[in-house]
Amino acid sequence: MLTNREKEQILISSGVDVRKCMRCGKCTGTCPAYDEMEYHPHEFVYMVEKGEIEKLMNSSSIYKCLTCFACVERCPRGVEPAKIIEAVRLAVIRKQGNNHIKAEDIPCMAEDDDTPGQLVVSAFRKYKK
Amino acid sequence: MQKIGVFVCHCGTNIAGTVDVKAVAEALSHEPGVVFAADYPYMCSESGQNLIKDAIREHGLTGVVICSCSPRMHETTFRKAAASAGLNSYMVEIANIREQCSWIHKDMKTATEKAVILGRAAIAKVALNTPLTASETPVTKRALVIGGGIAGIQTALDIADAGFEVDIVEKEPTIGGKMAQIDKTFPTLDCAACILTPKMVDCAQNEKIHIYAYSEVESVKGFVGNFTVGIKKKARYVDETKCTGCGLCTEKCPMKKTPNLFNLGLDTRSAIYIPFAQAVPKVATIDADYCNMLKNGRCGVCSKVCTAGAIDYHQQDEHIEEKYGAIVVATGFNPIKLDNFDEYAYAQSPDVVTSLELERLMNAAGPNGGTLLRPSDKTHPHTIVFVQCVGSRDTSGCGKPYCSKICCMYTAKHAMLIRDKYPDTEVYVFYIDVRTPGKNFDEFYRRAVEEYGVHYIKGMVGKVMPQKNGKLLVRASDLLAGEQLKIEADMVVLAAAIEPDKTARSLATMLTASMDTNDFFTEAHPKLRPVESPTAGIFLSGVCQGPKDIPETVAQASAAAAKVIGLLVKDKLKSNPCIAHANETLCNGCSSCERVCPYGAITYVDKEFRMPDRTTKIRRVASVNAAVCQGCGACTVACPSGAMDLSGFSNQQIMAEVDAICR
Amino acid sequence: MPISEFKPKIVAFCCNWCSYAGADLAGTNRLNYPADVKIIRVPCSCRVNPIFILRAFQRGADGVILCGCHPGDCHYTTGNYYTRRRMTLLFSMLDYLGIEKERTRVEWVSAAEGAKFAAVMQDFVKTVTELGENKRLEDRRCKKP
Repeated sequence: MLTNREKEQILISSGVDVRKCMRCGKCTGTCPAYDEMEYHPHEFVYMVEKGEIEKLMNSSSIYKCLTCFACVERCPRGVEPAKIIEAVRLAVIRKQGNNHIKAEDIPCMAEDDDTPGQLVVSAFRKYKK
Repeated sequence: MQKIGVFVCHCGTNIAGTVDVKAVAEALSHEPGVVFAADYPYMCSESGQNLIKDAIREHGLTGVVICSCSPRMHETTFRKAAASAGLNSYMVEIANIREQCSWIHKDMKTATEKAVILGRAAIAKVALNTPLTASETPVTKRALVIGGGIAGIQTALDIADAGFEVDIVEKEPTIGGKMAQIDKTFPTLDCAACILTPKMVDCAQNEKIHIYAYSEVESVKGFVGNFTVGIKKKARYVDETKCTGCGLCTEKCPMKKTPNLFNLGLDTRSAIYIPFAQAVPKVATIDADYCNMLKNGRCGVCSKVCTAGAIDYHQQDEHIEEKYGAIVVATGFNPIKLDNFDEYAYAQSPDVVTSLELERLMNAAGPNGGTLLRPSDKTHPHTIVFVQCVGSRDTSGCGKPYCSKICCMYTAKHAMLIRDKYPDTEVYVFYIDVRTPGKNFDEFYRRAVEEYGVHYIKGMVGKVMPQKNGKLLVRASDLLAGEQLKIEADMVVLAAAIEPDKTARSLATMLTASMDTNDFFTEAHPKLRPVESPTAGIFLSGVCQGPKDIPETVAQASAAAAKVIGLLVKDKLKSNPCIAHANETLCNGCSSCERVCPYGAITYVDKEFRMPDRTTKIRRVASVNAAVCQGCGACTVACPSGAMDLSGFSNQQIMAEVDAICR
Repeated sequence: MPISEFKPKIVAFCCNWCSYAGADLAGTNRLNYPADVKIIRVPCSCRVNPIFILRAFQRGADGVILCGCHPGDCHYTTGNYYTRRRMTLLFSMLDYLGIEKERTRVEWVSAAEGAKFAAVMQDFVKTVTELGENKRLEDRRCKKP
C-alpha cells in the first residue's frame, strides 16, 4: 500500500484536509496559471483524495503553480490547494534523495529554456553562499 | 409514618415471563414503610387501577410504588388513578422492571434480583416524596409579533382571525419586509406586491391588529402568559394620526438627493418620504440625517405644503409599555455584506450587483421603471453572469457555513425572467450544486435551462475584473468541460448569502431565547417543535429560525400562530411542579444559579429575615419563577451552599435511590 | 474474589429525555446488557450533583456512568454542557483520589440509540469488572457484615 502511505505523508506535511473540498472549482476558476497546467488546483485536491500521488509527482503541473495562494485565499471551505502542491513538490524532493541539484549543475540548467524558473530560483537560493 | 403500597405488574408474560413477580412483591413487602404489596396481571387495566385506588383508600397509603413498564409509558395513567383516590399524584413512583429488566435479561434469578433492587430504589424515593401541586398563572390574551415582514403579517392575521389582539412591531416605517422589495416570486412568477399588499391592507384594517411601525422592542420582562414589553416608537416627525399619505410633501421637498433605501440605494428620493406606494401605514417619515430643517433649522417646506398639518419637527421618541401573553419573533434576514469578497469586484463596479438589487432593478417601481439597465451607463446588458453561493456554504470564515436555501431558486427565476424579456441577453449561471427541493421547484429550474436556454455551468467564478471598456471580465471554471472560462459580461449578479437580521441577537438576549452560532433562533425541538423557542411563550416565524422561502415562511408563520392561539385560549397556565426552589435561609445570594439558568427563571429579591438576636436584616436571596422554570436542575448543582433543590428529584430522593441500589 | 464471580455494582444516571428513552428502546428491542447496571432517572444530566457520584462510591458502587443527550440536543438547551464541564473536573479529582478514571464515564445516548445504550453498558460493565471491586472511597460502616 505504497500510495496510501504517500497520501498520508502529503496530508501530514501539507496539513490540508482534502475531505473538506466540496468540488466547487473556485480554485480552478481563480488560478492564473491555469493554461500552463495539465492538472488544475481542484484536480490536485481530488487526486490526493483518491491517492493518485504518483501521477501528480510525475506531472510538470506542480512546478507550474506560482504559489500565489489565490486558491487558498478564495476557497470557501478552507482547503488550501497550494499547500497540497507544495507538499507534493516536497515529496518529489525527498524521494529523489541523493539526486539533489549540485551547485555546478546550475549554470547549464539556467541556459535550458525548459527548466521551470522556480527550480532555478530555489537552486540559487540554496547555493547562494 | 409512611404507608407505602407496592404493586407489581405481570404485564401478561412480558414481565412475569422472566421476573418472579410474586417473589418481588414478597421481598418488597418487607421494606421499611411498606404496608401493602400485591401483584396483578395488568396494572394499567381498569381493574388494575381499581386495585391501586382501593388500596389507597383502604390502607390510607401515603405513597405508591408501581413496578411495571417505563414511566414514559404509564406514569400519567397511574398518577391520575392515585389522584382520583385522593392521593397527591406526585406521591407515585414507578420502578421500570419491563424495559430495563424483564425485556433485557433472560435468567429468572438475575432479573428477579434486579427487579427487587429497582423496586427498593423506588420505595426509598417515594418515602421522601412531597405532595406537589402545579401552580397556575393567568394569561394575558394579547400577542406581540416582532417584525412585519410576510412572516409577521401572516402570524398576526392568523392570530387576529382567532379573535385575539395582536400588535406588530416593525422597525421600518412600513410593514412588508423583504417580500415588498421582491419583484416576482418563484415558482409561479406571481408579482410579489400583488399577493403581499392585500395582506398588508388586511393588517391595517383588522381591528384586532395594531401596527407599531418605525418602532423597536426595548425591553422584555416577565414570562409565558405575562410578558411586559417596552416599545420605542421612533420619531417620524410626522403625526401618524393626521397624515393622509397624499405625498405632496415628498414632491415638494428640496432634498432630492437622499439615498432611497427601499431601492437599496440604487436611486434617490426626498428627505421626507413614503417608502413605496402601497406602504402600510401610508404615512410620511422624515429622514433626520438628510432633512435641512432638522439639521440646521432652515427649510420647512413640507410643513408649509401639508394641508393636514401633520408635520411636527419637535416630535420625540415615544416609549410605550404593553402586556402580552405570547411573543412571536419574525425578525427576518438581510443579505450579507460583501466586504470579504473582493474577487467579485462588488465595491469596484456598479455593474456587479446582489440578487436583491437585481430585484429592484427589474421591478416596475424600481429605479429604471422595470427596464433592466446596467447601473453604470444605463445601457442594455447583453451578457449577464450569475454567481451562486457567494458567502454561502463557506467555512473559511469569510461567509456563512450554511446553505442559504433560496438562492438556487431565485437565480433560476431571474435568469428565466431576463431570457423571457430580453431574448438577446445571454445568461450564465455558475453553480456548485443546484438545490431545488420543493413542489414544482426542479421543474422550474429545468424550464430555465430547457425552454429559456439559460447556460448553467458547474463551477465557480474565481475573479471578476472590471475592464477599461466598461465590461466585466469573469474568470471561472467549467468543471464538467475541464476548462477555465473567460467571459466578458455586462453585469454580474451575486447570490449573496442571507443572515439573520442584526437586531435578532440583542432581542434574543432580552427574550432569553437561545440562538445558534449563526444567530438563528433555536427551536425547542428540531423536528417535533419547530416553531417554538425553548423559552416558554416565545415562538418563531420565518427566516429568524433558519433560511426559508416564502411558502415555507408562510407555513411556519401560520404554525406559530396556531401555537400562540393554543396558548392564548387558556385562561390559566398549569406548570410542571417538578421545579427548582431555593431554601432562603441557606441562600447566600451569590448568583451562581442565576447564571446557569437557561430560562432566566431565577431572579434575586431582597427579603427581610429575623435574626437570632431579634433584629431584622435584609438579605438578597434567589427566587424561582414557577411559571418559567422547566425543572432541569442545573441550578441545584451550581449552588455552592446547597440552597437550591428540585421538587420531585430532590437531593435527598436521588441519594436515597443511590443508597438503595448500592445496599 | 475471582473475576468470574465478581458482580460489580453500577449506578447509571440517565436523563429523562434522551438516555432514559434510549434505555427503554434497548429494552423494547430486547438488547441484552448486564443486570449489574441500575438506572436512576434524572430530568437532565446536569441535575447530577457530584455528591451523588461520591455517595455512590462511598456506598460501595464499583462504577458510575452518566448518560445525557448529545451536545447540542439537550432538552434544556445547555444542560449537558454543564455536565461535561463538571464531570471532567470531578473525574480528574476522583482519579487523583485513586478511583480509576475507567470507573466513571459520561456518554451521550439519544432516544434513538437503543443499540448504543446496550453497547455502552456492556463495555462499561466489562471495564469495571476487569478493574475489580472499588475499595478506595467505600465507607466501611455502610458495609453489611
